[in-house]
Amino acid sequence: MRIGVVIFPDSNSDVDALNALAVAGVEPVKLWHESPDLEGVSAVILPGGFAYGDYLRAGVIARFSPVMRGVSAFAAEGGHVLGICNGFQVLAESRLVPGALLRNRSLRFACKLVDIKPARLDSPFTRAATGKPLHIPIAHGEGCYYADEATLDELEANGQVLFHYVREDGTPALDPDEPANPNGSLRAIAGVCNSAGNVAGLMPHPERMSEWILGSDDGMQLIRSLVESAAAWEAAR
Amino acid sequence: MSDFRYAVNVLPKPGILDPQGRAVELSLPHLNVTNVSRVRVGRRVELTVTADSEAAALAVVDALAKEMLSNPLIETYAIEPLEATSSAVSSASGATQP
Repeated sequence: MRIGVVIFPDSNSDVDALNALAVAGVEPVKLWHESPDLEGVSAVILPGGFAYGDYLRAGVIARFSPVMRGVSAFAAEGGHVLGICNGFQVLAESRLVPGALLRNRSLRFACKLVDIKPARLDSPFTRAATGKPLHIPIAHGEGCYYADEATLDELEANGQVLFHYVREDGTPALDPDEPANPNGSLRAIAGVCNSAGNVAGLMPHPERMSEWILGSDDGMQLIRSLVESAAAWEAAR
Repeated sequence: MSDFRYAVNVLPKPGILDPQGRAVELSLPHLNVTNVSRVRVGRRVELTVTADSEAAALAVVDALAKEMLSNPLIETYAIEPLEATSSAVSSASGATQP
């Protein structure tokens, strides 16, 4: 099976994502931002970085790149798309996932290990997760998840919140100013999906925790989830 | 066809946390400024549209402002017509020199 990783100008986690896919046993495919052709891949990752320099707003210029026409069409067909960090910002700006990512509440670029926990294990992006907190890195300046109160209620009711930043005891870090919530995200949201459930974004970097040699392979739970979902989607086609 | 020049002023929506505005505000005591509050930091984009009419030009700017220059979930925008030949430099000096 082949899974694509989009490369925008200034993507910088593309190599990590390609590597994590190889570790998961699938063929990683590089997808260049100037082509809308997804080359028949079974799922797509939008990697971390600073696409187009993050000019104007993080993710907005990438939204209008040719490859995103292909990604939007792929998502509309039910294909699985995972946006990581800057990839999440691109999906949010593209309105493919709900909400927006504001400047971190601290104003500081946050680069550290955090704990996140899947809010559900029956989603395409968490099906291979254990349900225990994952200890994985973040590296972003604009990761403060925002949506209005009504939208937040709706996301929670629909099961569209996929990941929370959690405290040591595994409970969501709901206070935007507490240390376990690294960017001030509302309701401790670290990742969400669209209403159809096939497009998801999260700020932390599972692909950077894909092998023990990197310190942990916690992130592989999410990469394997994507691989399993892509395989199931292909099988059902 | 004529050239129409505009500025699009984008600001965080009222009520949305504006960490940049807060940072500016928190630095004011270092300047011994104590009577300034409610600082909001946004962005200004100036552009020229070549179009048949002012209405057509305005429609283009409005669409751009809505689709790209602002994110309606978190920001508001206002369109300001400028002199067709103006630039950031001349409009800035125009503001200070009557």
